[in-house]
Amino acid sequence: MKKVFTRPRSLKDIPTHYCPGCTHGIVHRLVAEVIDELEIFDRTIGVAPVGCSVFAYNYFDCDMFQASHGRAPAVATGIKRVLPDRVVFTYQGDGDLAAIGTGEIVHAAARGEKFTVIFINNAIYAMTGGQMAPTTLLGQKTTTTPYGRDKEVNGYPVKIAEMLSVLDGTAYAARVSVHDPAHVIKAKKAIKRAFEVQLANLGFSIVEVLSACPTNWGLPPAEALKWLAENMIPYYPLGEHKKPAEVG
Amino acid sequence: MAKILMKGNEAIGEGAVRAGCRYFFGYPITPQSELPHYLAKRLPEVGGVYLQSESETAAINMVYGAAGAGARVMTSSSGPGISLMQEGISYLAGAELPCVIVNMIRGGPGLGNIAPAQSDYFQATKGGGHGDYRVIVLAPASVQEIIDLMQVAFDLADRYRNPVMVAGDGILGQMMEPVELGEEKEIQIPPRPWAATGRMGGEKKLINSLYIVPEELEQHNLKLARKYALIAEREQRWEEYRLGGAKLVLVAFGTAARICKAVVDRCREEGLAVGLIRPITLWPFPQKAFEPVIGEAERFLVVEMNLGQMVEDVRLTVNGRRPVYFYGRCGGMLPVAADVVREVKKLYGGEGQ
Ligand SMILES: Cc1ncc(C[n+]2csc(CCOP(=O)(O)OP(=O)(O)O)c2C)c(N)n1
Ligand code: SF4
Repeated sequence: MKKVFTRPRSLKDIPTHYCPGCTHGIVHRLVAEVIDELEIFDRTIGVAPVGCSVFAYNYFDCDMFQASHGRAPAVATGIKRVLPDRVVFTYQGDGDLAAIGTGEIVHAAARGEKFTVIFINNAIYAMTGGQMAPTTLLGQKTTTTPYGRDKEVNGYPVKIAEMLSVLDGTAYAARVSVHDPAHVIKAKKAIKRAFEVQLANLGFSIVEVLSACPTNWGLPPAEALKWLAENMIPYYPLGEHKKPAEVG
Repeated sequence: MAKILMKGNEAIGEGAVRAGCRYFFGYPITPQSELPHYLAKRLPEVGGVYLQSESETAAINMVYGAAGAGARVMTSSSGPGISLMQEGISYLAGAELPCVIVNMIRGGPGLGNIAPAQSDYFQATKGGGHGDYRVIVLAPASVQEIIDLMQVAFDLADRYRNPVMVAGDGILGQMMEPVELGEEKEIQIPPRPWAATGRMGGEKKLINSLYIVPEELEQHNLKLARKYALIAEREQRWEEYRLGGAKLVLVAFGTAARICKAVVDRCREEGLAVGLIRPITLWPFPQKAFEPVIGEAERFLVVEMNLGQMVEDVRLTVNGRRPVYFYGRCGGMLPVAADVVREVKKLYGGEGQ
């Protein structure tokens, strides 16, 4: 019998610690499938963040680094400068990338560092108990915005894909979502392109993935996906915000 | 071989290149900037990479990435920049990665000033960052010694898979002295089977300092503690200067030790039995240097360019067996030899106690 669906080689066969309905798992799988399809597993090095996905290094079966909070782009810079023929990716949450690590991500992009960033935007600091993230929507309730995020107090949500796309060092910047199968397929395409951009040495590549956190949003998994589609997508438009001519 | 005139900061750069360092990540700060200037020119000549980071936080994390990927790598800074690097240094120590960090110490706290000081002794030797860890700290006192110690620094970092700090000050960085560079040797960097360089058909490697299970973190901490104990036993380094028969022993490192050598000479000329212990490793502190002299020495005088930091390690070492005194200047002011001589005369023979 022909096997049509199997676990990607790049992911270990172990249970993850993610909550039921968390989309971190889907994104892990997409990244792993892309690594398998591009046949780069043996020369890929991943950098895991601080946040819910801190244990990503246990699930990806390639060589991995664990970086301190927000610093994955600097760590990846060090790795890639030493090993320019390897494929390097970081996997970062929105607290990690858009708050404490803003400096590192902006300058890695500006330098055109040739690695790929998988950026999980779940509009919240999940691991530390559901606090406001820079990406938290206006009006969204979190443990540190109990009355809803107020622009007068906390300012506006940060649109990372758009922000980084204006930098000349950024070769590819896309925003995708994983709230339904059709979008999951599109998300995988974008992730694959981002890796291809790296393989072609074109510059910095980032895919922002709108992701659900049912636990900290206080919603059942299915409703969390619905909330994502209805509230996040209007504020965070999907699409390829920047792409080099070569990858069409 | 002919001697050439070299500036301290540039000597660090040349010493590093000769020790096989090919990667430098850093952010400008006075009084160490001639070092990055030098390496920006020199590293591309030897096929290396010089990269100016956007901050010290980024620099030390680039070092983390490069070290974990198997490179001989270095960064440098001064006071405020080293403070920003402390998070990364803690991670490097936790993940057991070798690297060299240069601190050309300036006056603090806060923005302080750019004048030479030794006020980062606590920060260098007592951790600085979070958690139970140690960093090997080397303190050269001349431009020649800088050249020689850079090789030692990279070798120690590799041998123990641990960050090594080279601590100097603005004077040492800025002054020019004749140095002998010696033959340029082909450096064999020891194999790094633990480095995460992509599996390339091999086992998976992980560079990490996270141990979420308390039992596992305790085991990791205890393993590190055994390593630190081994370093403390094996790697104490110091210089002795005219210690024979000394009744009063000066203790000073780096620039302060150079001044103290002049003090020792003057005192000896006047018939006072004064000698000097100059710690070269600030951590591990060279406790072994004290045991042979403690019988004869009646008292110790610690001279520092701060308000009294290393004096605590001397007190711990002497452990109440002899009185330990302190003289220091801070804020970029130097202990002048005449003032130290006056201090010695006050203490020598027990007067002024
Ligand atoms: C220097 C530092 N500050 C704070 C923390 C605590 N911390 C751990 S995870 C986290 C938030 C992570 O949020 P995000 O990056 O959005 O990831 P998520 O948990 O949502 O996946 C914070 C603040 C830390 N580990 N280190
Ligand atoms: S807390 Fe949220 S982001 Fe974290 S694992 Fe659970 S669902 Fe996922």
